[in-house]
Amino acid sequence: MKRFFGLLLLTVSSINISSGATDYTISELGEGIYYHQGVHEDASAQNIGAIANVSFVIGDTCVAVIDSGGSYLEGSYLRKAIKETTDLPICYVINTHVHPDHTFGNAAFKIDKPTFIGHSKLAAAMEARKTYFDHTFKDILGSTYTGTEFIPPSITVENNKPLTIDLGNRKLELTAYITAHTDNDLTVFDDTTKTLWTGDLLFIERIPALDGSINGWITVMDNMLSLDLNCIIPGHGTPAHSNWKEAINHQLHYFNLMRDQIRSIIANLGTIDEATKSVGLTEQSNWELFDQYHRRNVTASFVELEWE
Amino acid sequence: MFKQVINLMLVSFILMLFGLSAQAATPKEPLWPTLKVAYFGDKPIRENANDLLVIEAPKRAEDAAIVPITVKSLVAQTPDKYIKNIHIIIDNNPEPYSANFHLSPALGLIDISTRMRVDQYTDIRAIAEMNDGSLHMVSRFVKASGGCSAPAGKDAAAALARLGKMQIRMRTPTLGEPVQTQVIVSHPNYNGLQFDQASRRYIPAHYVKNINISYNDTSLINVDTGISVSEDPSIRFTFTPKLNGVLKADIIDSEGQTFSMQKEI
Repeated sequence: MKRFFGLLLLTVSSINISSGATDYTISELGEGIYYHQGVHEDASAQNIGAIANVSFVIGDTCVAVIDSGGSYLEGSYLRKAIKETTDLPICYVINTHVHPDHTFGNAAFKIDKPTFIGHSKLAAAMEARKTYFDHTFKDILGSTYTGTEFIPPSITVENNKPLTIDLGNRKLELTAYITAHTDNDLTVFDDTTKTLWTGDLLFIERIPALDGSINGWITVMDNMLSLDLNCIIPGHGTPAHSNWKEAINHQLHYFNLMRDQIRSIIANLGTIDEATKSVGLTEQSNWELFDQYHRRNVTASFVELEWE
Repeated sequence: MFKQVINLMLVSFILMLFGLSAQAATPKEPLWPTLKVAYFGDKPIRENANDLLVIEAPKRAEDAAIVPITVKSLVAQTPDKYIKNIHIIIDNNPEPYSANFHLSPALGLIDISTRMRVDQYTDIRAIAEMNDGSLHMVSRFVKASGGCSAPAGKDAAAALARLGKMQIRMRTPTLGEPVQTQVIVSHPNYNGLQFDQASRRYIPAHYVKNINISYNDTSLINVDTGISVSEDPSIRFTFTPKLNGVLKADIIDSEGQTFSMQKEI
């Protein structure tokens, strides 16, 4: 069965997990890497919270999940896709950061007794948001939320101390970062294919959302440019291959422009209101969901840059 | 102050009776009738007092942790008739009573901005209490932010590292001319919902309780602040220095720590 599926996947690049009215598509990137690409929408019951990219990687002995989905239901679809692809056990569930679209599927994997892995600040970030997320997302996600739990990492990764896990002849290197998109960002690097999962340190197509530090994020992006990569799977958007540096530069341009403009407003004793009405508006056509998140990015950047 | 504490306890009790947890999703029943009685008793409040006050807030809380709110008066303060207090109520926040600005008659036209946490869809109210005791209200409805924005701090470590750092920001003022001024103090303003990983405990509420801004030892704005106020509390206001002197901001937090800064004009 496993071999059959493998052969099938050589000719068909995606599989559909059908459950009720929802088609949940898993694409194969090649060499044991599979992902579901999230839609560029806000989370809703209709899209089951499946707005972020979630992935799994298969080694010789183990499977690792990289982000578990935006609802318990998405987590269970992802798990079903894994079970239809391989008989190997799910040993690891890695969360790239605290946001609901990357962690709410965790509970669907409890039955596999995996090791949950995240940034050393992930558990605290989860606890701080738990009550708020719980009451907000119960409403937003409706019945797809049922079963969702906040499962903190059992193994954590600290800044400047990358952790390597082995899936059987396949090593994944996990790196924790300074405060950037959030204060608990983690990337995953697959040595075999030189693929990097950036989590939400990189958004493609969809506007990035700042919930950490604009200065930290710009630093992290600058450093990322010097990596040796074949492929990036971003937190949101289409995976980038030879164009991965372009994608990072595109996002860097957005934040650098915003930072420059906000700094000059602050220097001129301007207000958040002034900033949200003028900063970065030229970038609107470059990003999906710009109107929903841009002003928030300006607000969050403003209160950080006020202390420079 | 004691009366306020009793009132707060009363509100919590009433909310419990109504089966409304402060953490519940947007309440189905409006809380204002209950809050009104708890905070102001049976005193009449004139609604839509648009001839006296303006409240500005974004239609949507872009970032749930930082929602800028501005209150302006349309009638200048005079020693005979002035706004003594402006109460800010955010109906659906865990603690609705968010701030009480005690204002000097010397302020002229009131123009005050601050930043609040807004958890969910809510009315935000500014209630002016005149020196004759009458109450006048304006309000704005603010939609909750979408997605992953939470009222939690973004970088607890950074906020704590610069705790107590202050800024008084203003242009070089001209005597007799109104000047816009911002007082800002770095403080994590823990609301009691944050978790400390190292101790595996909730961090007790620890927030700025009072900000007093004075000019030549006369208070211009003295504000009692609660847990709705954003991390790094900021008060922006306009005043008119008539003589040279010293603008001073004194901060007290809920643990009794004090921070202070002054600027010569």
